[in-house]
Amino acid sequence: MAREEQRIDRDAGPVVRPYALTGGRTRPTGETIDLLALVASSEADTVGSMFLEPEYLEVMRQCRQPKSVADLASDLDLPLGVIRILLSDMREQGLIAIRQPARTRLTDPRILKDVADALRRL
Amino acid sequence: MPSAGFDTDLDPAGPVSIKILVAGGFGAGKTTLVSAVSEIKPLRTEEALSEASMMVDTLDGVEQKTTTTVAMDFGRITVRDDLVLYLFGTPGQHRFWFMWDELALGALGAVVMADTRRLADSFPSVDYFERRGLPFVVAVNCFDGARRFDPEDVRTALDLDSGVPIVLCDARHRSSSRDVLVTLVEHAIQLIGDHEVMSPS
Repeated sequence: MAREEQRIDRDAGPVVRPYALTGGRTRPTGETIDLLALVASSEADTVGSMFLEPEYLEVMRQCRQPKSVADLASDLDLPLGVIRILLSDMREQGLIAIRQPARTRLTDPRILKDVADALRRL
Repeated sequence: MPSAGFDTDLDPAGPVSIKILVAGGFGAGKTTLVSAVSEIKPLRTEEALSEASMMVDTLDGVEQKTTTTVAMDFGRITVRDDLVLYLFGTPGQHRFWFMWDELALGALGAVVMADTRRLADSFPSVDYFERRGLPFVVAVNCFDGARRFDPEDVRTALDLDSGVPIVLCDARHRSSSRDVLVTLVEHAIQLIGDHEVMSPS
C-alpha cells in the first residue's frame, strides 16, 4: 500500500485519490475560479490550522505569496477540477482569498509592446 | 472577506496575466516550443469520457471510469513583477475543445503549430481560432530533413486569410520559438490598431 502513496513532499501527508479528496464532488460551488485567478492565503491561524486537512495546509503554504490556480494545480500535481473544488471550499471557510483576472481581451497596446520587448530579450 | 490575502491599497490593479495558446496536431512541436522559451510544467485537467474519446482511450480493466485526465503543457514567462505571460500547449483534436473555450477566454492569441508532413492536423485549430476571432499565427515547424515549404503554399493549403502571419521555425531553438511569439504579439498589436482605425472612439 505504501508503494502506491504519492506525496507532495517529505513533510506533507500522502496524497489520496483526487476524488476522495473532494468527497466525490466534481464541480466546485460558487463563482467559477479562473485558471489564472490568483490565490493568496489568509493570515495563518495557527491554532485553527491544526485541525485542517493536510491538503488545505499545503495550499496555504504554497500561497503565502499569491499564486495562480494553474501554477498551484501543477505544483501540487492535482487536476484542475480537483484544485478548484478545494479552493472553493477553502474560500468559503475564509482560509484563502481569490482574485479573478480581467476576463476581457487585452487591448492596451502599451502592455503588448512591453510583452514583445520582454520576449525579444529572452 | 478574509483578513490579508491581497493588499489592494498597494496594488489596485494587480498583476496582469497574459495567456497564449499553443495548439496543433499531435507531434507538431507544441511541447518543444513551450519548453524552448519557458520553464515547462505539466498541468492536468479532467474530461468526462464522451463516446468519441471512448474509442480512443483504452479502457480495458478500468470499469466505471468516467473521467480521464488530459495533460497540457504549461509554461510561464515573468515579464515584470506585475506582468506574467502564460503559455498553454493544448491538444488539437476536437474532443479537447472544452478546454480551449476556457483557455481562449481573454487570451492574447494563439500559435498554431503546423507540421508540413501532416498539414491537415492543423485544420481544426485554424478553424477554431478563426471562428473565435482570436489573433493567431501559424508556425511551420521545420524538422531536420522535413521538406522546406514556401509559406505561401502553406497559406494556400490551410486557406488562410492574407493577414495571418506564417512563420517558419525550428521549435527546438529558443530564439526561433521566441520569434514566433514576438510575431504573434506584434500581430495582436496590429489588429488592435486596425480596429481603432475602423472604429474611432
